[in-house]
Amino acid sequence: MSIFAPASPGAHSIVDLAILTFVVTGLIFVVVEGVLLYSVWRFRQPRVEQTGEPPQVYGSMPIEVAWTAAPTLIVFFLVLVTTRTLWDVEKTQPKSKPGDNTLFVNVIGHQWWWEYVYESYDGRILGFVTANELHMPVSDDDTMRPVYLTLKSADVCHSYWVPRLAGKVDLIPGRVNSLMLETKEPGLQLGQCAEFCGAQHANMLLRVNVDTPEEFERWLANESKAALEESAVADGRAKFLAQSCVNCHAVRGTPARGTYAPDLTHLMSRQTLASGIIENTPETLADWVRDPQPIKPGCLMPAFGLTERDQQLIVRYLLSLR
Amino acid sequence: MSSLVEQPRGIELADRPADVAMNMGWTAQAHEWATTVDHKKIGIMYVVMSIVFLVIGGIEAILMRWQLFYPRSKVLDQDTFNQLFTMHGTTMVFFVGMPILIGIGNYFVPLMIGARDMAFPRLNAFGFWVTLFGGVMVYMSYITGGAPAVGWFAYAPLTSNTFSRGAATDFWALGLIVSGIGTIAGGVNFIATILGMRAPGMTLRKVPFFVWTMLWTSFQILLAIPPLTAALTMIIFDRQLGAHFFDVPNGGSAYLWQHLFWFFGHPEVYILILPVFGMVSEIIPVFSRKVLFGYEFMAAATMGIAFISLSVWAHHMFCVGMGRMPDLFFAVATFLVSIPTGIKFFNWLATMYGGRIWFASPMLFSFGFLSMFLIGGLTGIMLGAAPFDFQLSDSYFVVGHFHWVLIGGTLFGTFAGIHYWYPKVTGRMLSERLARWQFWLLYIGFILTFGPMHISGVLGMPRRIYTYDAGHGWEIWNQLSTLGALIQVPSYAILVYNLITSLWKGKPAGDDPWDAWTLEWMTTSPPPSYNFEEVPTVHSRRPLWDLKHPEDPDWQYE
Repeated sequence: MSIFAPASPGAHSIVDLAILTFVVTGLIFVVVEGVLLYSVWRFRQPRVEQTGEPPQVYGSMPIEVAWTAAPTLIVFFLVLVTTRTLWDVEKTQPKSKPGDNTLFVNVIGHQWWWEYVYESYDGRILGFVTANELHMPVSDDDTMRPVYLTLKSADVCHSYWVPRLAGKVDLIPGRVNSLMLETKEPGLQLGQCAEFCGAQHANMLLRVNVDTPEEFERWLANESKAALEESAVADGRAKFLAQSCVNCHAVRGTPARGTYAPDLTHLMSRQTLASGIIENTPETLADWVRDPQPIKPGCLMPAFGLTERDQQLIVRYLLSLR
Repeated sequence: MSSLVEQPRGIELADRPADVAMNMGWTAQAHEWATTVDHKKIGIMYVVMSIVFLVIGGIEAILMRWQLFYPRSKVLDQDTFNQLFTMHGTTMVFFVGMPILIGIGNYFVPLMIGARDMAFPRLNAFGFWVTLFGGVMVYMSYITGGAPAVGWFAYAPLTSNTFSRGAATDFWALGLIVSGIGTIAGGVNFIATILGMRAPGMTLRKVPFFVWTMLWTSFQILLAIPPLTAALTMIIFDRQLGAHFFDVPNGGSAYLWQHLFWFFGHPEVYILILPVFGMVSEIIPVFSRKVLFGYEFMAAATMGIAFISLSVWAHHMFCVGMGRMPDLFFAVATFLVSIPTGIKFFNWLATMYGGRIWFASPMLFSFGFLSMFLIGGLTGIMLGAAPFDFQLSDSYFVVGHFHWVLIGGTLFGTFAGIHYWYPKVTGRMLSERLARWQFWLLYIGFILTFGPMHISGVLGMPRRIYTYDAGHGWEIWNQLSTLGALIQVPSYAILVYNLITSLWKGKPAGDDPWDAWTLEWMTTSPPPSYNFEEVPTVHSRRPLWDLKHPEDPDWQYE
């Protein structure tokens, strides 16, 4: 997750600025600290008391001008490189067009999870909702495939930070921000919320899956479908729909249309639960449904006091939501 | 100082011979301190209050470092940790940093300008007690069941009733409103005192540098604290009176809070450093045996810093999405403030250069200040480069940066001032041996605590997280930080021990133990309640140099 291992042009641009700034400040450090250390060594008072004070030097106009001008020039240089990088990194969001190979996703920050509303890709309207794990297509030498994230908050301030892909942008309630991610490196990129947002701020992790174009299309096709309706778990589905789960969670294709909690339509296509802090396995899912509080204390999902039988049925149903 | 006129009983207790004062019962002593309007006693109370809160804030820090030693540690739960970092930041900024500097300023500004007291002695006492009361109010939040857990900069809407249930946030806001009133009182008092009560001959161009920096700090107090007070009042209105200043679903603005807070918050950190610049500008010349180089440029640089620092606040908001032009403006302003700061630095070095440097404890701590504040300032420049800040903001790099300038700058400089002026306040010298132990433990411990944070920040570790996952490479840096914090602990213990035991074990200091040049060294240690028997007339910035070197006085060269 190092900012010095950039995986995108934007992150790379920032690293270039960082190195330049570090070299400039490093040189200043060496020179100034060097003069300081030299002075304390060279002009230290010997143990024997010297008589008389040293020559009193009140000031020097030329010296003052010199060491005002030099920092001013350095500042001028820093302003130039900062401006260049700023214009390089902050991009305005275009409109979706067919053939643009561009993904548009609305990100809504919640206490303490991420909602992703997939708007369109390559000009095709998508319109499905997932949570916590972003998928985007990888770019290659022929084709750029950026994702433009529109950042909003449903409650308090959050911040979207995936260091290897971009600098962070905050999610401020009442404001709409924009962040562009684009990379030629396939694989998983990690990050986490970077603006203190309450009890479980530390556990609001980010996972960005950078898929090959084919993988991405397959993922899109699956996510676009409504939830699987397997007869083997019909009793579990009935139990789920009869519980208060549906007040918060949505499962497309069923009456469950809650909007306060992560969309569960394709829960099992995710690798993790609870916004990245535990692996998504039958055991951890069962623990979570039984009582989320030991796993993510203070999170907004309580234990529902389900009977063991209801618990098993519901978990089996959730496990079918691939 | 004998009195030729019969004094009415009950006043001027400090003038009486020491043995009479000691025979006063402890209730009479307590009454004396509780009702005093003497700037010296008030100054001492401010400093004592700050040291008590320093210890409390330090305990809060150690607990956090313990929790962060291992990934997924369960030493503290998330609520406790979030309360701890809120209280640690609030305590250190409002109940340690500002009061200790206002306290030292209170004691020494009147002395250094040859005045008998501050301009408004009763306002002075009011300011202290109200500051203390505000601190107590914030800590009273614990009786609501827990301290506030909103962070010391309390971003809306986390502070609304919806997201911060219970009264802790109200105690926090009210306590800061109250102590802010005390701070404003102090600012008003310093300005009136410095502008109106200088000794004959002491024009504003001849004031000791510490006095000049206290003047500009006070202007910043008057400009910065009221917006904070207003913003805190808005929080109370939102929480208790049904207002919607920061309530987004009802038309309020969370963004507004950030602008209001940081408009205060940035000048605040200059309030925390300008007095320190003043203190080291007194100490470095005395311990290099040379006049301060470039006084006029230093004075102009101070004004420059005060003005420019009012225009940089949104560098705390680079990630908020203000747009390229505002980001650029604030980046440029942030870079600009480094120019006057650099000028000051070079002038200090030029003061030392060609001198005869003597490393008694005040100079040792001043060296610590110079060597460390440089680094903190340079990481500040990195953070000012807005796109670089997109990565560094809200990460541990920032935590490393601001602790570096606050401890490396404010704390080292304040300790230099305390070691310099303790003899004047108490009539005794501090133990040099203990001071050296304190210095080296602090220097090494502080570098080890906050250096690694720059690395974990760059490796992607955000701030204000009560735990973290293994496997990102953060563990070793957190462990080094915790180790460094443990090394710092004995240094603070040594300081407190030194301050207390030197009261009776320290060598008697006499009026002028350091062979210094400003007016406070012309009176006794400690000074009588009226400070000076005769108000001196000054002709230069170093009145005592003129007296000690009548053949070569400063006023021939200034």
